[in-house]
Amino acid sequence: MEFLQQGINGLSLGFVYALIAIGYTMVYGIIGLINFAHGEIFMVGAYFGLFAAITLRLPFIPTLLVAMGGAAIVGVIIEKIAYKPLRKSPKLSILITAIGMSVLLQNLVRLKMSSDPQSYPDTLLPQKIINFAGLSIDNRQIIIILISIILVVLLQFIVFKTKTGKAMRAASFDKDAAALMGINVNSIISITFAIGSALAGAAGVLVGILYSSIDPYMGTMPGLKAFVAAVLGGIGIIPGALFGGIIMGLVETFSKVYISSSYSDAIAFSILIVILIVKPSGLLGKKTREKV
Amino acid sequence: MTLLKANNLTIKFGGLTAVSDFSLSLSQQDLVGLIGPNGAGKTTIFNMLTGVYAPTSGTIEFNGDFIQGIKPYEITKKRIARTFQNIRLFKNLTVLDNVKISFDYNVKYNLLHSIFRLPKFNKEEAEIEEKALKILKVFNLHGKRDELACNLPYGEQRRLEIARALAAEPKLLLLDEPAAGMNPQETHELMELINWIRDEFKIAILLIEHDMKLVMGVCESIIVVDYGKVIAQGTPDEIKNNPKVIEAYLGEEVADA
Amino acid sequence: MKKEFRNTIILLGASIILFFILSYIMDTEILNRYYSRIIILICINVILAISLNLVIGVTGQLTLGHAGFMSIGAYAASMLTMQMNMPFPIALIFGGIFAGIIGLLIGIPTLRLKGDYLAITTLGFGEIIRVVITNIDKLGGGRGLSGIPPKTNFAWVFFTMVFTILIIYNIARSSQGRAMMSVREDEIAAEAMGINTTKYKIMAFVTGSFFAGIAGGLFAHYLMYIKPEQFNFLKSVDIVTYVVMGGMGSLTGSVLSTSILTILPEALRFLNDYRMIIYPLALIIIMRFRPQGMMGTKELSMRMFDKFSKGSGKE
Repeated sequence: MEFLQQGINGLSLGFVYALIAIGYTMVYGIIGLINFAHGEIFMVGAYFGLFAAITLRLPFIPTLLVAMGGAAIVGVIIEKIAYKPLRKSPKLSILITAIGMSVLLQNLVRLKMSSDPQSYPDTLLPQKIINFAGLSIDNRQIIIILISIILVVLLQFIVFKTKTGKAMRAASFDKDAAALMGINVNSIISITFAIGSALAGAAGVLVGILYSSIDPYMGTMPGLKAFVAAVLGGIGIIPGALFGGIIMGLVETFSKVYISSSYSDAIAFSILIVILIVKPSGLLGKKTREKV
Repeated sequence: MTLLKANNLTIKFGGLTAVSDFSLSLSQQDLVGLIGPNGAGKTTIFNMLTGVYAPTSGTIEFNGDFIQGIKPYEITKKRIARTFQNIRLFKNLTVLDNVKISFDYNVKYNLLHSIFRLPKFNKEEAEIEEKALKILKVFNLHGKRDELACNLPYGEQRRLEIARALAAEPKLLLLDEPAAGMNPQETHELMELINWIRDEFKIAILLIEHDMKLVMGVCESIIVVDYGKVIAQGTPDEIKNNPKVIEAYLGEEVADA
Repeated sequence: MKKEFRNTIILLGASIILFFILSYIMDTEILNRYYSRIIILICINVILAISLNLVIGVTGQLTLGHAGFMSIGAYAASMLTMQMNMPFPIALIFGGIFAGIIGLLIGIPTLRLKGDYLAITTLGFGEIIRVVITNIDKLGGGRGLSGIPPKTNFAWVFFTMVFTILIIYNIARSSQGRAMMSVREDEIAAEAMGINTTKYKIMAFVTGSFFAGIAGGLFAHYLMYIKPEQFNFLKSVDIVTYVVMGGMGSLTGSVLSTSILTILPEALRFLNDYRMIIYPLALIIIMRFRPQGMMGTKELSMRMFDKFSKGSGKE
């Protein structure tokens, strides 16, 4: 019973990681960059949601939308001013820039909003414990899982059934060829960032609701863990990010309960290290060779 | 005496068979050309011979050792050196350092000697410097020895790459499209250089080239590859007139050579 | 080679003179306690930057866990002086060796990875080290380790710094250094020229870790109190900033940039709140407009002085 209970905890956490991981994987797939600042976008989304819920007093869905929109805008701005100019630069430069961006965002928010944790209002999504088959299920967890599934399905629709999605897939295979086919690669890259950031923003709101408090540093750990999830599933592969996220959520929850709470972070990183050494292309990934 | 023997090399990438059943026999001081249309698998063959790829099946014998699948740096230790299709110089290092690197795999002094600048270090570094400068003189690059490799004009960069490969004191030299981007005058000089290298250093040379003038003028024997398979092998005259080869890609170019 | 020997002697001589000047200034309190502290921190940070430069700048491997090795050296050396009354220099060296050994263990599986993956993995290891230390009560855990004997003084940090610079400079200008640079420039070509790239990456990494450990030991015995948070990811990013700003591959650059970046937060104390905004912003701007940092891969060399005195000096 306890096991199933924790299973649900793990699943809802896992879907949150999945939403963030998808953003990582989409960006990596198209420009080969690990957007270090992605975890911070998740955090920014949470703050946008806070603003919407408290200052604008919006109900749940509009709050979510505001957060997603705000996060998307921030993501696209970052791409345009920091990453785009470095597209032809060595990988090292972009990586360092992304790291800098991450620290910058964290501290900009800290400065503006104070480093003290702030709370999401209970009224946004009232908690109801559902007793079902001996389990006490938090309705919010179910909603998180449902919303995540809806967003992922929406994403799949966009990627596979729309012209834009086709362009995104083409660009992720070969940017130059896509450009030659008339695709505006710059727009596609911006759209990719926008979608990835929107999903992370949604995750931010969902986490804010579930754990009630948010702070400027909340993005670091989930960001890193979501990155591990993306690599675990196969970097660049969207279903892989979903898969990886869920596994990470379950592993973290179960290791907190059955092994040790303080080592759960170390365990998450160990997974990363093992995967990178054993099968760097991830569970769903394919081995690629460099052309000499 | 056979120096290199490739036996039925095949390599598959996923579902794609890039090279199938490639065999080759080279003796000391042979000068052989490897030609074929773009994508025929020539560089892939080079990569198998130099340890960048491990063949899916088949063996490579060099000087009595089996070398298929061993790492590239171990291949160099066996005395096979190569150049690259898209020049791979150490751009931010000087011309001199680029050549010195080829001596580094044989260096006898260790990190402690370096740190404390012990006599062993000084002695060996002086030897390396001397050997490297000698090679640069031969290749007419001595005057530019302190220049950064990225600042050299294209033709000199290609020369430097060959010089660097030779500095590794190989018994077999693999040249991947050495004439790419060269004008007829430079190509002519390259032809003389290749012949001279073979005679002076007494090594075998295997080269990939698209420039038919160079191939026909310099190689003693030519192997033609298409779609990963050998379709013809023989002397330049034999190849010129081989209908299969002509069909594969030579067309009018052969008549001009 | 005689010229190099002469240059080394000149450098050592200059260092000794500088040492006496600074010592005098600090002892007679012309510069008060506060500035002395900054100078000592500069020396420790330079050791960190130079050792990381060997990995990032010379060998081209971006690692984000350097602070982890600093912490290993810090805790190891402290345990040795506190629990076993070991003489300070020996404890320092053991701290460095211990950090180097951990560097070897981490490096062997990890340095096969490239670029982003290497960076994230080393970050991960840095975090693992921090979490593990936080959970070991004997080391003070999250509360930190206090009561470390104050063994570090200006002489220690200054001369350790000078020797670190000298050693790493000698490594960079040697066969091993050439091999490391070839790994940075083009790994595939390096392998083709007979270089076992993994071996040299590990060599650079372990050497870097060793010196980070020594820096950690000096740090611990200066502050007399250490806790895991001081050695987190942000500290690693700090050190990377020193290296990047100075110019990856330029040891002189590292010395300059580290000095500036250590003084700056103190000098701009009033901007303390904004420090974590200015730093990353600076990093981003440098990457955009001058990625080669202050000195690129060039060093301030004796040759420059020769040029002035003799004319061109080359044939």
